[in-house]
Amino acid sequence: MGRLIARRIFLGLIALLGAMLILFALSRAVGDPRYLFIGEDSVGIDPVVWEEWGRKLNLDKPVPIQFALWLGDILTGDFGDSVTLQRPVLQAIREKAPHTIQLGIVAWLLGTAVGVPLGVFSATNRGKLFDYIARSFALLGQSVPIFWIALVLIFTFAVWLHWLPAGTKGEGLAFRNYIMPAVTLAWFPAASYLRITRTSMLEILDSEFVKFARAKGVTLETVRWKHAFRNAIIPPLTLSVFVLFGLLNGTIIIETVFAWPGLGRLAIEALWATDFPLLAGLTIIYGAAFVVMILLLDIVYAILDPRIRYV
Amino acid sequence: MFSAAWFFVRRYPVIPVLILALLVFSAITAPWISPHEPNQIDLVNRHNPPFWLEEGSITNPLGTDFLGRDILSRIIGGAPITVFVVVASVATGVLIGTTLGLVTGYFGGIVDDIVMRAVDAWNILPALLIILVVVLTFGQGLPVLIGVFAMLSWPGAVRLVRAETLSLRHREYVALAQVAGASNFRILIRHILPGIVNIVIVTATLGTGNIILTEAALSFLGAGIPPPDPTWGKMISEERQYLDKAWWATFFPGIAIALVVMSGNFLGDWMRDRFDPTLRQL
Repeated sequence: MGRLIARRIFLGLIALLGAMLILFALSRAVGDPRYLFIGEDSVGIDPVVWEEWGRKLNLDKPVPIQFALWLGDILTGDFGDSVTLQRPVLQAIREKAPHTIQLGIVAWLLGTAVGVPLGVFSATNRGKLFDYIARSFALLGQSVPIFWIALVLIFTFAVWLHWLPAGTKGEGLAFRNYIMPAVTLAWFPAASYLRITRTSMLEILDSEFVKFARAKGVTLETVRWKHAFRNAIIPPLTLSVFVLFGLLNGTIIIETVFAWPGLGRLAIEALWATDFPLLAGLTIIYGAAFVVMILLLDIVYAILDPRIRYV
Repeated sequence: MFSAAWFFVRRYPVIPVLILALLVFSAITAPWISPHEPNQIDLVNRHNPPFWLEEGSITNPLGTDFLGRDILSRIIGGAPITVFVVVASVATGVLIGTTLGLVTGYFGGIVDDIVMRAVDAWNILPALLIILVVVLTFGQGLPVLIGVFAMLSWPGAVRLVRAETLSLRHREYVALAQVAGASNFRILIRHILPGIVNIVIVTATLGTGNIILTEAALSFLGAGIPPPDPTWGKMISEERQYLDKAWWATFFPGIAIALVVMSGNFLGDWMRDRFDPTLRQL
């Protein structure tokens, strides 16, 4: 098991290095990277400042050395200064991160709590009305653009009925402000959970040992929950990591619609201000977080499934 | 008669295919079938409601937007862009991914290692953020959009094709083909490719929905194809602030996106079940 984890860590680091190489290549792909790092001010800039930036970005050195120096900066936690905010990227990210993490976790829990049980019931009621309704719910969640769901919810509950606030995070723990963003964000993952849990449950329910347990006289409920569900849990568990990672795509959109002061809004603001260091910093941090989550998932697997442990 | 038709509709994805056919049809014939010029501004008739509401008229069946442009025409005018982006990027991504997957799965070795590490690297990059980085460096536009979607879809194709190739290359018929003196190229094209083409088609179909949703999201965020060309995501984005006055201006483009994506997903699911003998309920 130790060797397995060591290999995973190694591969994860290689992947992270590759990702940074892609980002670096992008920053050098359009000619002079100074345009990306200075932003709009680069038009008609003082030549002295321009040269200074060249030295700061090590443009006088060969390209591989530039990459190595950039990599070294990032490893020591120096992601550079944001062009628009005029302060370190890492500081800006750290400030905004809690808002996104709070929303993300609420949506993640909601998606899991809705999707997994629905998937189980959908499988145990296969072909019945409940199954059709649940699968339609999933099909909708995977097909309707989330910004559109958000707008429809705003129109219904904020503009029309005046039940919920139309946006912003509110002061302190404003529970009502979380409802619409979290529901919108959770629908797509709930749909994914439902489908994957359903498939996995159907497969297990069809297996020999489940039929044997039934033939032996174990009650239907016990077979479903103790025999089938416990074995069907691995695919949804894998999915949960990808869901958490995928919520990021959602938060970029949702935070724009609901004026949520988190990382998604930060990313969009960075785009408009051609703020390359900020956007690249966000990408690297998310990539690194994903590598760590995948690693944890591998360890959880090894604990849950003895067959993996001895590979 | 009725029950036979109902059986047909339940067994075959008739409705999704019809919707997709309608999409492709309007993409090809958009300039001729749209009732108005999609970008024609008519400030007198701003936010006219759809025809079945009071004050609505049949000249603008789905109403007009905040600049008096005809919504139906703009939805039809958005079809070519949607179809072109999806077809071009999926074709490019699948072509690159399948080629690399076949080569890495069949030959293995150092090429396999390098390609798989590149796939790993792409996989840990968060999709929407890396798209934003690309848009920031290369600017907005159709070629950038197609390129970035192709770049995002090839790693998945490599993984899939590689795994399938690995499982096929040790089959007996492949060994026999080798004994018979077939070249590697011939084995790959004639003996392995036909075995994986099903799964590639299914994945490509299931992937289209995701690309349409991402394209719409980018247009919505204002990072997609620049104005004034109509795209469905941008139509929704432009009308956000008029939600209380004119719900139809955001509602109908959303319905268009949802129907197309749903059809793609449905068709992909159906094909997967159809191509997989264990799932085919005969």
